Amino acid sequence: MSEMDIKRRNFLKTSLGTAALSIAPGILLFDVAHGTAAVSAAVRWGMLIDTANCREGCNDCVTACNRENGLRGANSTTNAQWIRKIDIKEVSTGRQVSLPMMCQHCAHPPCVDVCPTGASFKRADGIVLVDRHRCIGCRYCMMACPYKARSFVHEAVTDQNPDVPRGKGTVESCSLCVHRIDAGLKPACAESCTNKAILFGDLNDPASEISKKIRSVASVQVRADLGLDTGVRYQGL
Amino acid sequence: MSAHPPMYFKNRLYYALLAAGGLVAMVGAYGVYMMEHHGHVITGMNNQIVWGVPHVFAIFLIVAASGVLNVASIGSVFGKTLYKARAPLASLLSIAMLAGGLTVLMLDLGRPDRVIVAATNMNLTSVFAWNVVLYSGMFSLVVLYLWTMMERRMNPYTVAAGFAVFAWRFILTTGTGLIFAFLTARQAYGSALLPPMFIVLSFAWGLAVFHLVQTVLYAWNDKQLDPLISQRKKNLLGIFVIASLYMVAMYHLTNLYFAQQKGFERFILLDGGVFPTLFWWAYVVLGNIIPLLLIYAPGLGKTRCVFAASALIVLGAFAFLYVFIIGGQAYPLAIFPGYQASSSFGDGQIAAYSPSVHEFMLGFGGLAIAFITTTVSVRVLNFMPQDKHYITD
Ligand code: SF4
Ligand code: SF4
Repeated sequence: MSEMDIKRRNFLKTSLGTAALSIAPGILLFDVAHGTAAVSAAVRWGMLIDTANCREGCNDCVTACNRENGLRGANSTTNAQWIRKIDIKEVSTGRQVSLPMMCQHCAHPPCVDVCPTGASFKRADGIVLVDRHRCIGCRYCMMACPYKARSFVHEAVTDQNPDVPRGKGTVESCSLCVHRIDAGLKPACAESCTNKAILFGDLNDPASEISKKIRSVASVQVRADLGLDTGVRYQGL
Repeated sequence: MSAHPPMYFKNRLYYALLAAGGLVAMVGAYGVYMMEHHGHVITGMNNQIVWGVPHVFAIFLIVAASGVLNVASIGSVFGKTLYKARAPLASLLSIAMLAGGLTVLMLDLGRPDRVIVAATNMNLTSVFAWNVVLYSGMFSLVVLYLWTMMERRMNPYTVAAGFAVFAWRFILTTGTGLIFAFLTARQAYGSALLPPMFIVLSFAWGLAVFHLVQTVLYAWNDKQLDPLISQRKKNLLGIFVIASLYMVAMYHLTNLYFAQQKGFERFILLDGGVFPTLFWWAYVVLGNIIPLLLIYAPGLGKTRCVFAASALIVLGAFAFLYVFIIGGQAYPLAIFPGYQASSSFGDGQIAAYSPSVHEFMLGFGGLAIAFITTTVSVRVLNFMPQDKHYITD
């Protein structure tokens, strides 16, 4: 990472910190309490999705994501979709399941491996992101992602959320609402789900709700055969 | 009717050709401008088909650029005089096609203005990043090689440079194959057979391009290619075509062997609409069977037949790459094997793609760059194969 980038990031952090201090002192307290001011590898953010609680036809998480990240939410083939609902039906049994699919925040992300410029990167806390200043829009990461989690920005974007910079000609995907996490909040999708189908938390903390649940109920990683060690797990598949 | 058009006429034809090439390149530039201005939304590409027609052109040019050097390698590395005389022309074609292909690849990026980032922030685990090194290295090596051949003082280094080019081009085409071979999650790609398949395909495509240009060059200069030479080169082309057909067959057969790949193979070979048609008719029949007949059938195999065969091989190559690149993405990714899927993002559905005119403008623009580079070079420098002493020997 160039010095410039680090400076910019520090600047962003400081200014965000000041903003947080002035508008939301509670959040800053959370930061202090949890020591998340610097991103640390001691944490691994993840989600557990309980498909039994996810209703077919419900799109609340998708709507929340679009609102939070300034996406248009149209379903044309050139529009960005960071999260989508997939309805699946097991061929042999006919059992039907509905679930949200987004970037799985792989521990060994193929998108990061293939990215020629290092624009795709994994943060110490396991969140996989795209550096929009470095992405050249080659779309190789989209070819490499086994979950089709990424979207290419096909046209100029309007109505951007200042926390979520986007740009024509670059690739983007679910950031696990990193700006919210850094402010001590949950991802928008997890917060929006009234059925509590999305449980967000720290997979590395044995005392966290998500870790406890993963220990007690059966859950799987999608395409676990690929060995990517995803941060998002599914229950009831 | 005179078989030798007067010089005056030829000059005009030359400039007309050049102007035509320039026009196509300008139309390409316009296509790029539009894509830059509006974004990729004006192309047929979308979030399911992320690589479209520009990649078909770019990969053809790059693969053929590597393959055409085979002619040079046989000359320099294996010391065959017949091929040695053709090494300069082969090198020129390689440089020209590489330039065209890389331009297309670069201008199809979402942010071509940032291409320098790819060179300064290299991610060493990325095959794409390796390819950036491989392509630029290849370019400089071939230029160097050409220099050792064209400059008498440098002649002693030709063999060494030839060896370097020979080795580099194998790695380069392997790298091109690996771009796809590393996409393990996609049914169409992720096969260890891809790098060798691309190497063999490059031999056939490169030699076909070489034949096309050589034939035109001889006709332009009112020269006759020695029948012995044309006989041998024609046989080589035939062998390459058979070998590439074999590799492509192996690739599909091994896919058929893996149960989870059967659906994909059925799609590409049987019921995938435009893709099986292109594969069987355009690639197998037009691009392989008919060229083989033109080369080997008794009574055929004359200069004109080989010329036609070469042109068909090139067309077949485009059909093959279209099926490989676009068809490979059109077939739905199996995120949940054993399940039927549906969503707002094309899960479980065949992705639709209709290339827009801008994509073709860019692709043909790349061809125009290769064409102009070749046309100008053969006129200002002497790239005509010198077979004199070989024949009289
Ligand atoms: S799900 Fe796809 S985009 Fe997300 S980390 Fe894994 S490979 Fe990358
Ligand atoms: S599109 Fe951007 S993030 Fe994706 S591989 Fe290319 S440079 Fe990296």
